[in-house]
Amino acid sequence: MDPSRSLLTRIKERLPGLVVEESSFRGEATVVVRREAILEVLAMAGEPGGSWVLTDLTAVDRFPAEPRFEVVYHLTSLSPPDRLRLKVQVPGSDPTVPSVAAIWPAADWAEREVYDLYGIRFTGHPDLRRILMPDDWEGHPLRKDYPLSDESVEFRGVEPKPPARIVPEGKAGRISANPFGSYDPEREGSR
Amino acid sequence: MEVARETLTLNMGPQHPSTHGVLRVILEVAGETVVGCTPVIGYLHTGIEKEMEYRTYHQNINLVDRIEYLAAFHEELAYVLAVEKLLGIEVPKRAQYIRVILCELNRIASHLVWLGTSALELNVSSVYMYCFRDREEILDLFEMVSGQRMMPGYFRIGGLQWDLPDGFVERTRAFLDDFPRRLEEYEALLNDNLIWRQRYEGVAVLPREDALRYGCTGPVLRGSGVPYDVRKAFPYSSYEDFAFDVPVGQNGDAYDRYLVRMAEMKESRRIVLQALDRLPDGPVQTDDRKVALPPRHELVRSMEAVIHHFKLVSEGLHPPEGEVYVAVESPRGEKGYYIVSDGTNRPVRVRVRAPSFYNLQALPRMVMGSLLSDVIVAIASLDIVLGDVDR
Repeated sequence: MDPSRSLLTRIKERLPGLVVEESSFRGEATVVVRREAILEVLAMAGEPGGSWVLTDLTAVDRFPAEPRFEVVYHLTSLSPPDRLRLKVQVPGSDPTVPSVAAIWPAADWAEREVYDLYGIRFTGHPDLRRILMPDDWEGHPLRKDYPLSDESVEFRGVEPKPPARIVPEGKAGRISANPFGSYDPEREGSR
Repeated sequence: MEVARETLTLNMGPQHPSTHGVLRVILEVAGETVVGCTPVIGYLHTGIEKEMEYRTYHQNINLVDRIEYLAAFHEELAYVLAVEKLLGIEVPKRAQYIRVILCELNRIASHLVWLGTSALELNVSSVYMYCFRDREEILDLFEMVSGQRMMPGYFRIGGLQWDLPDGFVERTRAFLDDFPRRLEEYEALLNDNLIWRQRYEGVAVLPREDALRYGCTGPVLRGSGVPYDVRKAFPYSSYEDFAFDVPVGQNGDAYDRYLVRMAEMKESRRIVLQALDRLPDGPVQTDDRKVALPPRHELVRSMEAVIHHFKLVSEGLHPPEGEVYVAVESPRGEKGYYIVSDGTNRPVRVRVRAPSFYNLQALPRMVMGSLLSDVIVAIASLDIVLGDVDR
């Protein structure tokens, strides 16, 4: 029996209607579940006697699309070996997700990192502080509307540009640090 | 009368020789007993994940080397495997075997650094010198192959930069022939060393259940008795062709993690020898011209080759829209790359699943209630790379 199917089947049996979407790419199963269900689903994966562990927790910014964020949970079954990717869609207007750190201590720092770099708040997290960036940092660097900016330096003669001057108003999301730009067949002729 | 509980807050790091980089640990001690432990990380955060969103898939190979810098080949392998999976291509067998050889040599080199530095922290400085001497020989081999000792940039999407140089196989064999004797020497210096045993046995215990819940992988998880190894569970780059064992500990203490890593070095040697024996002939790059640069001799004859060359160098490759997660077994555990592509020449998101990040998270669980001096042993036995923790 396919073990990821069985976890997925169990999820669907016990929480009908909470699976939003199912897809597969290059043999990897991805399941989008409703935001309010993630706690229950991950508790189910961590039931005693099960072989599933939470391998990774991260996020993706789909700006300017809506729902803007995806919080991604990678689950691994140790034996028999298998993987399952769970996703939760988070709107940009209300970037909150229930915290799973109480069930999975592994998620503690991972959720802090997502909060730090994306500004997604995890409700119920015991200690939601910045983890990688300095405590007084402004903004969330991995957001797509946060451009790569010059770093301030300790010597004279260089004036770092603030993010606002690198990306003109309204152009966020189409910024390109790559001199060759991104490839777009439709624009190809007009270049 | 109520006795006031007196504790002392002690700051360790970020500049401290035994934190293996810039790690800060805020310790709460009552006498010599640790009653609170809060690791503070981020001092080495370089924003590599953000940087990678702005570069083409090929440019990123040089960035990933800098993450887990003691195991750059593993880092590169995880990244190129993820991009190859996105593209849906296979690389030639010879390239896969060479990748395995270099990764396993890299594992030995990385474990030697761990062994040397953790011995040095208990003042066994001779082992430190020996380990770094041996590691230097491996780094010389890397230099032969790629021109660089630590940041090779040798793996390519679709294969390798070029084939192995003349003399590499012989020199690797010469090193590996002598290696067991040296390893025995180090074991003789440490296994029967009373101080080493007393400082390591029963120290920094991480029970099996906690290791799993904290997301620990690699020797930390295996030291706690879970036989999970990505090379066995999700074989990549032809690991299924080689016979090797996965060493597992029982007690989950620092000594078991030490034993696991010592045994892993012997297994790595076994794998490299098998790969050298059975190294197939053939190309080291895929012949898919949409992925790999055309060979030099084609450029002077074929206009098509010139076009492909130009497109690849200027724009880079365009994986289809989709997302993949690929993991390899780095010396520290599961090193995973989660790459999201929107069909353009730059990734939308590259997430590095860092084993040191998750392993370090279990540090408070390991040292709570133990002696202050055991914190040093606990950090050493986790074998963290701060570049990997902070990315």
